[in-house]
Amino acid sequence: MSEAVLTPEPRVAWPSNGISEVPFRLYTDPAQYQREQERIFKGPTWNYLCLAVELARPGDYVATTVGETAVIVVRDAAGAINAFVNRCAHRGNLLCIERAGNVREFSCIYHGWTYDLAGQLTGVAFEHGVKRQGGMPPEFRKEEHRLQRLRTAELGGLVFGTFSNAAPDLETYLGPDVTRGLLRVMNRTPVLLGRSTQAMPNNWKLYFENVKDTYHASILHLFLTTFRINRLSMPGGIYIDRQGGNHYSYAKLDYAAEDADYKAAALRADSEFQLQDRSVVESVDEYGDGVSVQILTIFPGMVLQQVRNTIAVRVIRPRGVDKAELEWIHLGFDTDDEAMTERRLRQGNLIGAAGYISMEDGCVGGFVQRALQYNDEGAGLVMMGGHEAESQSFRASEAAIRGFWKHYRSLMGE
Amino acid sequence: MDLLPGIHDLIAEYCECIDEDRLEAWPELFADPCRYLVISRVNHEAGLRQGVMYAASRGMLLDRVFSIRRANIFEPHRYRHVIGPVRLKDTQNGVAVVHAHFLCARIMHDGTTTLFASGRYLDRIDVTATPFRFKERIVVLDSDKIDTLLAIPL
Repeated sequence: MSEAVLTPEPRVAWPSNGISEVPFRLYTDPAQYQREQERIFKGPTWNYLCLAVELARPGDYVATTVGETAVIVVRDAAGAINAFVNRCAHRGNLLCIERAGNVREFSCIYHGWTYDLAGQLTGVAFEHGVKRQGGMPPEFRKEEHRLQRLRTAELGGLVFGTFSNAAPDLETYLGPDVTRGLLRVMNRTPVLLGRSTQAMPNNWKLYFENVKDTYHASILHLFLTTFRINRLSMPGGIYIDRQGGNHYSYAKLDYAAEDADYKAAALRADSEFQLQDRSVVESVDEYGDGVSVQILTIFPGMVLQQVRNTIAVRVIRPRGVDKAELEWIHLGFDTDDEAMTERRLRQGNLIGAAGYISMEDGCVGGFVQRALQYNDEGAGLVMMGGHEAESQSFRASEAAIRGFWKHYRSLMGE
Repeated sequence: MDLLPGIHDLIAEYCECIDEDRLEAWPELFADPCRYLVISRVNHEAGLRQGVMYAASRGMLLDRVFSIRRANIFEPHRYRHVIGPVRLKDTQNGVAVVHAHFLCARIMHDGTTTLFASGRYLDRIDVTATPFRFKERIVVLDSDKIDTLLAIPL
């Protein structure tokens, strides 16, 4: 065999060592996508697994994925949360087929191998054969076989997992700013209001960048400007962690000014540009700090949002180089009364697959993906607000996107 | 009085308003206040209330239409609804409880046609005056996965 055959495909070439020019092939190259599974999703990163309240009792489990890898999360009898790969050690069959449930042990439907809630192999059907014929060889030891384990951590009622022993503990990974931002929103016990999934016709990174993009919001999402909803006097900023991949951006709203503006506008004749029913934006300052929007991301695939009184976890899951799934997990809190729940549900029209200020995010990534089809030479530009990935006190910036690429390049070794 | 012809008319008019792009007439098919909710079967059966589209008044329906026309950006497309048998389950105090199932194809502007949604309409219809009006329409989607986005109501 000639040496040329053994030479691997060249990796995607970056135009410089910087993070403000991003090669388009990163969104189209199947080999790049495979490396991301190993180096990012199975690398030293923390991935959202489930809500802690979904694992209320011992034996409660959730079957999910980290990247493309099937994973089980379960609470054991001692109350600890364990996570492992959803793959039987025998023949590689999926152990859990349902999305969630409660079990005493995990039992494989294929050949009946059983595992305890820590993922340890406990039973092998016909281990000693039938009528002393067959069975496993004498050197076989059940205690030497288990399901591949993930480390788990819980913060603010959210459960995370990592494949890597090299990943720092979760709060160190997030950094102090992003940890504070997460705990600000998740300051009560969450209650699930519902979930849904949006199938996205684009590479997973295009959506994750979109969420970190504080530049596009008032341009692509015209709902708030069309209906002349007060957007003045909105101070805000961006916090980016040291590695770059985690961030949160926030904006404050002058709730009293918005109300006064609405009352003044109601006297004007151009009612076409006023909402007929304002309850979709009628919000209360539930955190008491005037922050009406906080978008927080955790590398590589989780978003925690507060948009007025809508609280949601979004999880972006890669499903091939040009496909992704976005799960929306809508939350309230155990302190909500009926009026607060109804408020969250009405404002829920702002977000999700049909959201007034989010539906465009479902298609714009697909437009980029289509434009890159066999047209992926060159690089895109993310230079708004400079070339670095530092925290900033303004939002007309692509700093958080640059932060994503900073973290990405370090993990990919590029 | 046979309620079914009026119920059939309302349900057919609903589909026509949407599929023939007469969205401005769609809110008029609802009482005010009303309840319009598009929600997945999984959420609905679990007693969860979060859907993907929700209106509690005719004003919220009008705002949805105006936003689709003037604010939201998406690729042009149309739907084609096909309604299954309409079942009148109960009538009490001038409100008919009506169930029907549906398929909805999505036709993109480039001609690409896909089965976009399937599910059930769970309706409570005011039959005290003609034409009849929806007091409540819950669109229960069989799948909790929506392709790309949901702009036009289902």
